[in-house]
Order: sequence, then structure tokens, then C-alpha cells
Amino acid sequence: MNNFKTLGLATAATLAAAPLAAEEAIGIDQKVNQVFADLTGPFVSLIFAPFPGTTFPWIVMWLVIAASIFTLYFGFVQFRYFKHAIQLVKGDYSDPNDAGEVSHFQALATALSGTVGLGNIAGVAVAVGIGGPGATFWMILAGLLGMASKFTECTLGVKYRNEYADGTVSGGPMYYISKGFKELGLPGGRFLAVLFAIFCILGALGGGNMFQANQAHAQISGIVGDYPGWITGIVFAGVVFAVIVGGIKSIAHVTEKIVPFMGVLYVGAAMVILVVNYDKIGWAFGQIFDGAFTGLGVAGGMVGALIQGFKRAAFSNEAGVGSAAIAHSAVKTNEPITEGFVSLLEPLIDTVVICTMTALVIVISQQMIIDPATGNYMLNEAGTAIATVDGNSGVALTSAAFASGISWFPYVLAIAVVLFAFSTMISWSYYGLKAWTYLFGEGKVAELTFKVIFCIFVVIGASASLGPVIDFSDAAIFAMAVVNIFCLYFLMKLVKKELFAYTARLQTGELKKHSA
Amino acid sequence: MTVKIVIGLDGTDTGERALAFAKDLASKMGACDLIAAYVIEWSPFTFQTPEENAQRHKRREEEINLANARIVEPAVAALKEAGFNATGVVRHGDVAETLNKITVENGGSQIIVGRVSSDGFAKRIFGSSTQNLVMHADVPVTVVG
Repeated sequence: MNNFKTLGLATAATLAAAPLAAEEAIGIDQKVNQVFADLTGPFVSLIFAPFPGTTFPWIVMWLVIAASIFTLYFGFVQFRYFKHAIQLVKGDYSDPNDAGEVSHFQALATALSGTVGLGNIAGVAVAVGIGGPGATFWMILAGLLGMASKFTECTLGVKYRNEYADGTVSGGPMYYISKGFKELGLPGGRFLAVLFAIFCILGALGGGNMFQANQAHAQISGIVGDYPGWITGIVFAGVVFAVIVGGIKSIAHVTEKIVPFMGVLYVGAAMVILVVNYDKIGWAFGQIFDGAFTGLGVAGGMVGALIQGFKRAAFSNEAGVGSAAIAHSAVKTNEPITEGFVSLLEPLIDTVVICTMTALVIVISQQMIIDPATGNYMLNEAGTAIATVDGNSGVALTSAAFASGISWFPYVLAIAVVLFAFSTMISWSYYGLKAWTYLFGEGKVAELTFKVIFCIFVVIGASASLGPVIDFSDAAIFAMAVVNIFCLYFLMKLVKKELFAYTARLQTGELKKHSA
Repeated sequence: MTVKIVIGLDGTDTGERALAFAKDLASKMGACDLIAAYVIEWSPFTFQTPEENAQRHKRREEEINLANARIVEPAVAALKEAGFNATGVVRHGDVAETLNKITVENGGSQIIVGRVSSDGFAKRIFGSSTQNLVMHADVPVTVVG
């Protein structure tokens, strides 16, 4: 009896205190948000500074020009060796004696699990919501060009990786910048590698962590109702901690197996919606094409659509950023260029296929309001984005678009978002760790320090509001690209040498298919 | 002419029975070489974390060493002690496909495997693998119950 009484009193006390606790919690969220925005503001402003006299961020141009240069320099490698890339992934050229080592498919799948995720779901919605359907056109173009950037960095990632005596490997821009510059007799390699590593750590904590936690919280609270973000943050941080510090591989294993399934389910659902609305597909492509060159009334017109498309493509497929080079460097091959060929499939799958699917579903679902008089999109009250039926933006807009075709899909999407977020965090915790150990040396204390910092940032990311988080995430990822692409310009001749040597042997028949 | 027989081991009683049967058969056949094979189930089309990829080469070596030390080397030693010409091999891959490949590469004329394994290592290796082997092997397969 006493126990019941005690329990009853305790419950009553908890209920009475609940609103107070909630207020305090929201107060914590706001404080975290304010401090975070103040701290990251100058860094974000520098990265996204526009060309003088324009609204065009220089960083977007930096990425697109680089991708275009690599495309031309390697003679449209992404199209000429596309078929060969597929053959490599299938294992046609893999040595049977290497069975049990990391295959091309596994390296590609691992890199993809780090990139396919919220960028494809929430990021595309942000791009289309602000830049209109036309942003999709520029996103596809950026994806196609980005394949050449990925080819360049991943070839170098394998060529200059560190292989240790115990058989483990470490690779990525930190290694190819310092070793490649040394090989070419260029100064400053070590400095640039350190600079990249610093930005990589920030990118891992930003786009690879906080943005993911933030959007996962938005998705969960959208379904169960609003509650303080730090709660999601602590739960997520606990699970991430269990995997990366506690070494509980089973959680990672389950995620790594469910995530590809979720990816297929997502594309499948998009296909279903497109098939059901097959009569609108032509119209949707018309909107994408018209919007690309006219803007169809969006803020900033054609340039606005272009900026959004390019920005989101870069954030989604990470071409030129250097992160994929870390993931791809573990492959077993004696020909570094083969991993370059395989990696060029990544922006294709991520941006050209999955992002385009999302964009088409959003356009076809007509969640964005069109002015019947002009045929242009109507802007929201602030004039910053397109007005939507329910006022949705980001992941909520994608969710509403899918719900218009498959009513129960938002629940699947919510699970997918959480899992994608989690798998991206696991991947980026590794990228960040590699950068961290490059700076501070391999060792248990150094590794644990980074892993704990990573988990703390999960909580901050879930607590802060979307604006500052998305700005910092983009800025940190793009800062990696500043250093990486600068160095790739010097190192690309090493890749060309590899390309010539390999393709000559391929054409003479010296390199044969093992499966034939 | 020397006949070569491949024995598919799995580290359990079932594999032991296949080994015993092979010994019995070989003793009746006369000139016969025995190849004790252990295949670690592996597919190039699985999904792994970046950390697992980075450590994969090291793990592969550990897996091969472990399989050699615990399963293949003791089996080869026992066969040699019984007076047979015996060698051992450990490979990664699809069990049925790899056992067949080992047999073809070595000019083997027969494969002997256990029927169904109970648990542990065995579960990963046999089960449906035995059925696949029976259906697709290029040489006769004896399944020991």
C-alpha cells in the first residue's frame, strides 16, 4: 500500500514538474542554438561569401569549375569508362586469390552509405523548395561533372594510402596531399594536409554529425510531437557511443544491412509514385528544364536555382570534398586507378538517380504552390522560398510529397531518415577519426578523445535549430573542398599518368577479365 | 595413376565423419592424394563499415591462420600419420563454388563433404552449401551422413 502511495506521490510530483522541466529544456535548446550560431557565424560567412557585386557564393563556383576542369582534363572519363566501372564493381577484373579482401563493391557500398542519406531526402527538398524545380537540372549537371572529381580524389586515395605492418590501412587527402606534394617536389604539402585534416574534423562534426542528428530529431518530433532536441541527442549519442567506443559491432552490422534495403525501398517508392503519375512526368521534366533557365519565379531567378542545385549536389555526393577518398582507400587492388573508376559511380547513384527521384516526386506531388495566372511558383511571406501547401520545408516537404502518393510512407521515411542519419554518423566518425589520428597520432587516448567529442556534438546538433546547423554543416564540408581541390590541381597529373598506363594495358589486352 | 580426393572440412563432427570416410575410401583405392579444404564463407557483395574495411586485410589473415591452426593442419597431420599423402588449403568465398574450384584446379576426381552441420563454424559453411555443391559440382560428390 505504502509503495503505491509513494509511487502515486512521485508521479504527481513528476507531472507537476513536467511543464517546468519542458520550459527549462527549451531554454537549454535556445541557449545552445544562440551560442552555436555566434561561434560559427564568421566561419560560415567566409565560406559562403559572394563574388563582389553579386549574390553568387564563390565556393559553389569553386566546386563546379573544378569538376568541369577534371572532366575536360581526363577526357570525359565518367562517360568513356562507365562500362568499365560497372565491370570492376561486378568483380570481372578482381583476382580470385584476393577473395576475403575488400572488394570494389564493398568499398563503393561503404562510401555510398556515408553519402546517401539526408542530403538526398532533406537536402533536395531544401534545394527544390528554394530554387524551384530548375534546381534539379543544375543538381544533375553537378552530379555528372562531380563524377570526374570523385575519380581524381579516389585514385589518389588508394595510390598514397598508408599500409601498416599489421595489414590495416589509412588513406585520404591527408596522405595523398603530403606524399603527392613530396613526390612532385612541391613545398607546403604537410601544411595543406594538416589544414585539410582540421576541416575534415569540422566536417565530420558538422555535416557528418550535427546535421544528421538535427534532421533525425525533426523527423521523430514530427511524428511523436514536439519535445526538446537534447533528448534525441542523448539517445543518439548513447547509441553512437556504444558502436564507436563500446565496439558493439552488432548495431553497426544491423544498420549497414538495413540501410541499403531502405535505399532500395526509397527508390522503389519513388518509382511507384512516378509510375502512378506517369502522365505528369513529361510536365515535371518541363518544369525542371524551364525552371533551370528562367527560375519560374523563385528567389534569385535562374541564378537562385543554379546556386541551390549546385550547393545541394555538392553537399549530397561530396565530390571534391575528399571524404570518399578516405572510404575508398581500403580496397584491395594493385591498380589505384580502378578504384577511381568505381568511385565515379557514386555521384551518379547518389545525385543523378536518388536526388532526381526525390525532386521528381516533390514536383509531381504539387506540394509547391503555382500561381495559376502566371504559371510561376508563389513565394512564402518572407519571399525566401516557394510557398508549400502545408508550409513544409526540408524533410517534412519530402515526407508530404511521398504521402500524397503513398499515405503510410512518412512512417517508413521516418525510420529511413533515422537509419540514414545513424549510418552517415558512423561513416563520418571514421573519416573524422582518420583526420584526428593524422594530426595527433594513432593511439587509444587520441582516438577516445575524438570519439567522445563526436558524441557531444550529436547532442548539440539535435538541440540547435536547423538554420545555424545547416549553415555550419555546409561551411565545414565546403572548407574541406577548398583545400582538397586546390591540391588536386597539382596532383591531377599523377592521376593522368596512371590513367594512360592503365588504359594502354587494357587496350592491348594485357589486363584480362578473371571471370572470363 | 594417383587419384585426388578433396575433403570439405567444417570443424565439427560432420566434417570429421567426412574425413574418416575419405580415409577409409583412400585406403581401399591405393594411390590416392587427399586435399583437406576449408572454405570461409565470404561474399564480395556484402556491406561493411569503413572501420571494418580498413581492418579487413588483417582480419582475413587472422581468419586463415585460425582455420589452418584449428581445422586444416590437425586434419592433414592425422592423414599423414595414417600414411596418406595429404595437403591442406584454406580459402574465402562461396563454399560450394570454391570447393568445386579447388577440386578442378588440383585435378581432383571426387569431393567428400558432411551432410548437415549443427552449429558454429559449421552453420556458416554447410547446410545449403552442400546442396549447391551436389547440384553444380564438376566431379562426383559424396555426402556423408
